[in-house]
Amino acid sequence: MHPAPSVIIFTTLSGLGFGLLLFLGLGLPDVSGWIAFVFFAIAYALSVGGLMASTFHLGHPERAWKAFTQWKTSWLSREGWCAVIALIVMGLYAIGVIFLGQRWSLLGWIGALFSLLTVFTTSMIYTQLKTIPRWNMKLTPAMFLSFSLAGGALLAGQVRVALPLLLIAALVQILYWKKGDKALEESGTNLGTATGLGDRGAVRAFEPPHTGTNYLLREFVHVVGRKHAEKLRIISFVLAFVLPVILLLLPFGHFFALLAVASHLAGVATSRWLFFAQAEHVVGLYYGKR
Amino acid sequence: MTQLPSSTDRKMGLVIDLDTCVGCHACVISCKGWNTENYGAPLSDQDAYGANPSGTFLNRVHSYEVQPAEGHAQLIHFPKSCLHCEDAPCVTVCPTGASYKRVEDGIVLVNESDCIGCGLCAWSCPYGARELDQAEGVMKKCTLCVDRIYNENLPEVDRVPSCVRTCPAGARHFGDLGDPDSDVSKLVAERGGMDLMPEMGTKPVNKYLPPRPKDNVEDQIDILAPLLAPVAEEPKGFLGWLDKTLEKL
Repeated sequence: MHPAPSVIIFTTLSGLGFGLLLFLGLGLPDVSGWIAFVFFAIAYALSVGGLMASTFHLGHPERAWKAFTQWKTSWLSREGWCAVIALIVMGLYAIGVIFLGQRWSLLGWIGALFSLLTVFTTSMIYTQLKTIPRWNMKLTPAMFLSFSLAGGALLAGQVRVALPLLLIAALVQILYWKKGDKALEESGTNLGTATGLGDRGAVRAFEPPHTGTNYLLREFVHVVGRKHAEKLRIISFVLAFVLPVILLLLPFGHFFALLAVASHLAGVATSRWLFFAQAEHVVGLYYGKR
Repeated sequence: MTQLPSSTDRKMGLVIDLDTCVGCHACVISCKGWNTENYGAPLSDQDAYGANPSGTFLNRVHSYEVQPAEGHAQLIHFPKSCLHCEDAPCVTVCPTGASYKRVEDGIVLVNESDCIGCGLCAWSCPYGARELDQAEGVMKKCTLCVDRIYNENLPEVDRVPSCVRTCPAGARHFGDLGDPDSDVSKLVAERGGMDLMPEMGTKPVNKYLPPRPKDNVEDQIDILAPLLAPVAEEPKGFLGWLDKTLEKL
């Protein structure tokens, strides 16, 4: 799949933002006034910023409101609803915490739940696609959720919670890569089933339909950069999990915390780049590009 | 809108004969020609006369080589367009309801004024049947020439999809695949029509007829073959002398 910057920014930032909102909704850390304002400002900048970025790849962003209509069937539509509900509920909760010195905990709990649901629905947009075996597995939502929780805890300064969550996310990441590398093969889809000619012999793409490129090849058949995938996996793993864990084990200070967050963010962004760049869409089979 | 109908009155679709297709791409051209000036936004091209041309097409013809365990390889031309699936994943993923499957004839269409161009329907299609038009920013796909097949302003012979009307080899057939007595259904039954990527669970309406088995080519191509062996006898007389002399030089 084409690793479009808009979707990488969107899933990385909003995942982190909604993770932070979740912890704020649970009252972790228990802050009020100006400190609470800063925390909520960061959470909204990340989550709303990410959502805005996701509209950049739309052909007609001005009609984006129509995406709220099909929640019965479409995960993209459900994601839109969850995000709006989470942002409104958490906004009301934030007003209480920042300006009125009130903790409306029920509202916080509801906001936290919808923040989590937003991340889950985002992951389901990818997980539902049978056409991309590497995404079409239960580990995809597990990865999105564990990343969001670990990043949220890190941003919320919850060191004791962040450490185990980072370790869980790291484990899920390794499992995801391991299983993902076999996903296309295990799906049973190949050029033989794609053309229906597989039982006659070995099928080979002989001539493409056209000499130039097209939308399908640009969008679904990204092969550039795959050769560095192994190195990028190591870089992303070290940045997202190893460094933040080491920094958290050091005596806690604002500087180390900031460094841990920055490192985690860069690592998750790299992992998301790989999530798209390495995903093989079965349409590539028709072009002999697998 | 993006809920799939539980059943459709008819299942209009195409039957493509891989045994007959000669790979001339006439269907590709006629499809582009008809659909760029009729239903919905035109099918735009980018850099059409430049170094890196690219454009929106609703139908493309691939060519594959099949090498059996024994015997000769076979070249198969393979036209591919929307299969108007019964369980079309492109319909249910659509967040705006722009993508829909018609109850009356099963045709899968895009309401372009509702399409936000998110591309998710193209992501969900295993066949590469949908392309986002780069000029218009909306999703384009085969309409089964919905503006031809019911069009009473056209002569009756033209009330079929443009690709079917154009195919010079008669490799494309159009009809109701939900009616077991229709010509296309009989053709599919007779020739063992198949689905593409059945494991995806999309239940395509369009069917492909597999190539017929080819004659086995024996070692002896023809009973006349021995008579065709090249005749090259050693030259005699003057030519023989000339041959030997030139050889020595």
